[in-house]
Amino acid sequence: MKTVLCIHSVSKKFKIRHQETKSYLTLSDELKSLFRQRITREEFYALQDISFDVAEGESIGIIGKNGAGKSTLLKILSRITPPSSGRIQYNGRIASLLEVGTGFHPELTGRENIFLNGAIMGMKKKEIQLRFDEIVSFSGVDKFLDTPLKHYSSGMQLRLAFSVAAHLEPEILIIDEVLAVGDAEFQKKCMGKMESVAGSGKTILFVSHNLAALNSLCTKSVLLEKGKMVASGNTSEVIDRYLNMNYQANTGTEKGVIEIPPAVSGGIIKRIKMFNEGILSGHFTSGRKSEIIIECESEKEIPNPVIGIVISDHFGTDIMGINNKHYGIPLPSLNGKTSFRISLHKLPLTAGNYKLSLFLGTGIADIVSIADAATFHVEALDVSGSGILPLERINRIFTPDVFWEKISN
Amino acid sequence: MQFEIRPAKGFSFDFKELIRFHELIYFFTWRDIKVKYKQTVLGFTWVILQPLILMSIFTLFFGRVLNHNLPPGINYPVFALTGLLFWNLFSTGISNAGASMVLNANIIKKIYFPRIIIPVSSILVSAFDFIITLVLFGIILLYYNITPSAAMLWMFPAAFLLSVCAATGLGLLLSALTVKYRDFRYIVPFFVQIMLFLTPVIYSDSVVKNEWSRLLMKLNPMTGPVHLARCGIAGLEPDQSILFFSLLINAAMLLLGFFVFRKTESYFADIA
Repeated sequence: MKTVLCIHSVSKKFKIRHQETKSYLTLSDELKSLFRQRITREEFYALQDISFDVAEGESIGIIGKNGAGKSTLLKILSRITPPSSGRIQYNGRIASLLEVGTGFHPELTGRENIFLNGAIMGMKKKEIQLRFDEIVSFSGVDKFLDTPLKHYSSGMQLRLAFSVAAHLEPEILIIDEVLAVGDAEFQKKCMGKMESVAGSGKTILFVSHNLAALNSLCTKSVLLEKGKMVASGNTSEVIDRYLNMNYQANTGTEKGVIEIPPAVSGGIIKRIKMFNEGILSGHFTSGRKSEIIIECESEKEIPNPVIGIVISDHFGTDIMGINNKHYGIPLPSLNGKTSFRISLHKLPLTAGNYKLSLFLGTGIADIVSIADAATFHVEALDVSGSGILPLERINRIFTPDVFWEKISN
Repeated sequence: MQFEIRPAKGFSFDFKELIRFHELIYFFTWRDIKVKYKQTVLGFTWVILQPLILMSIFTLFFGRVLNHNLPPGINYPVFALTGLLFWNLFSTGISNAGASMVLNANIIKKIYFPRIIIPVSSILVSAFDFIITLVLFGIILLYYNITPSAAMLWMFPAAFLLSVCAATGLGLLLSALTVKYRDFRYIVPFFVQIMLFLTPVIYSDSVVKNEWSRLLMKLNPMTGPVHLARCGIAGLEPDQSILFFSLLINAAMLLLGFFVFRKTESYFADIA
């Protein structure tokens, strides 16, 4: 396939000025530095030696924590700021949705803003006229076309902005976190539009913290950390790498013991221990015995405690919730130092990274709730003993006990 | 089309790119004109009212004192208005262009286009206002029954072009400087106020007799256009040395403004 975007060894260097609280220069600062010794400067690389190629029609995800350099990379690609070194070659028009609605003016009407915004985004007047009806109907603000934008609700403004942006037809489209726009229905519409754009052979660079969206839209991804490219390739592999990076930052998780700070649990839940087949471990195995021990301490007696865990996948979607009340198992009262064990004889999770949230209550109200208290990894295993791993694509969870038999009637 | 992004080095100007974006110049100018008088009762009348009121005030207070050395056949109101029209073109041009980059920082930080479009379109807004005020000028000429000479047909456009050059050069320079040093937000209005009195707008340039003061006056970018415009109405031969210095200084300002703007342009998004 043809390469449409070639990023070659791009770096961006900033000079940090010390002894300064102002973010911009003033004449007096500059004059002072002429006479006094120069303000000390430290060099800082927002991006260092980034290289990758994008083929025509490919959708590339850019993943990284805040401050990893994602936005800087996008700014360089959309030519807002020049790189300090390296070069980028591309074919066709790059348009960025760095933030939709750029250049919207509150005093102008919706109609006028469509033209202005379109022109700022790089559309020709003719192109805008051609797509005008489409833009309007997509945004759903037809009734208010000749009302000044300042009378629009913020949701309407966002919808109009997104509609203009979505109807740009560049060869390379840069999308940054626009999916956070609007209500659920409009988000669905946006996602659909993205998918159709991705399907129409457009090249897309997509930056988002929504890993599920990244996974479904992008075939390939690059992972940035502290300005460097640490991984690139298949999106699901890069996502795993990214999540592992986060897990490693979470100290203690690997050993299977998670200390809960008193500030989070009110001092009631001390720590969580995880056992994989009887061994203290930060990961579990599919279909094997998994135990979670919750160590508590309370001066005040809590009669009939209810303990619940909720397991969510790495996209943050809750997968299962287990709580002793729902399973009809009363627990002895929590008094002084008490530990509880939750045992799953056959863990019904497929391979991947998961998060565990923890709740402790009286059955009427929660006393402690800790979202994402622990993270753990599940390793794949041929649960059935057949040598075939459960297909991850179709199995988020699986039932360990399945019986097949032929029945005659 | 194949494009390349490289580190900003050296000096170059992509004129083809500006042509590709020419519609955006129109859209920015259109936006500023549209927005300027939104939610005002008098709307575009303001463009005409401002010079009219200033002309009346100057006539009332200085009309008697400064009534000498006027070109033949022109009374003080017409004399002052001619100066004010061109002065307004220049002063609103540099004020708006100077502030334009900071005002549009939110756009500059998000979308790429040749940055020069922003200050240039604010100058065009002033040029548009100027053309509207010509209507007022025509009415005043009729009112005082003054017939301008035929030379006005080329001298007025020439004065207009010179003023636009002056405003563009200084406007580009100030817009680049304002992005870098916010001090210029306070310097520019002050500078414009002082310049009004240093420019022969409400008095005749022939009032200045001292040789050095005259040279200084000729180096003022607006002396030439105002002089040329008045000669146009009166049908006088313009002063060669005033014209020469005016062309020189305005060409120099235009080059300097353009150069400084281009030098800082690529880093606007980082410091704006």
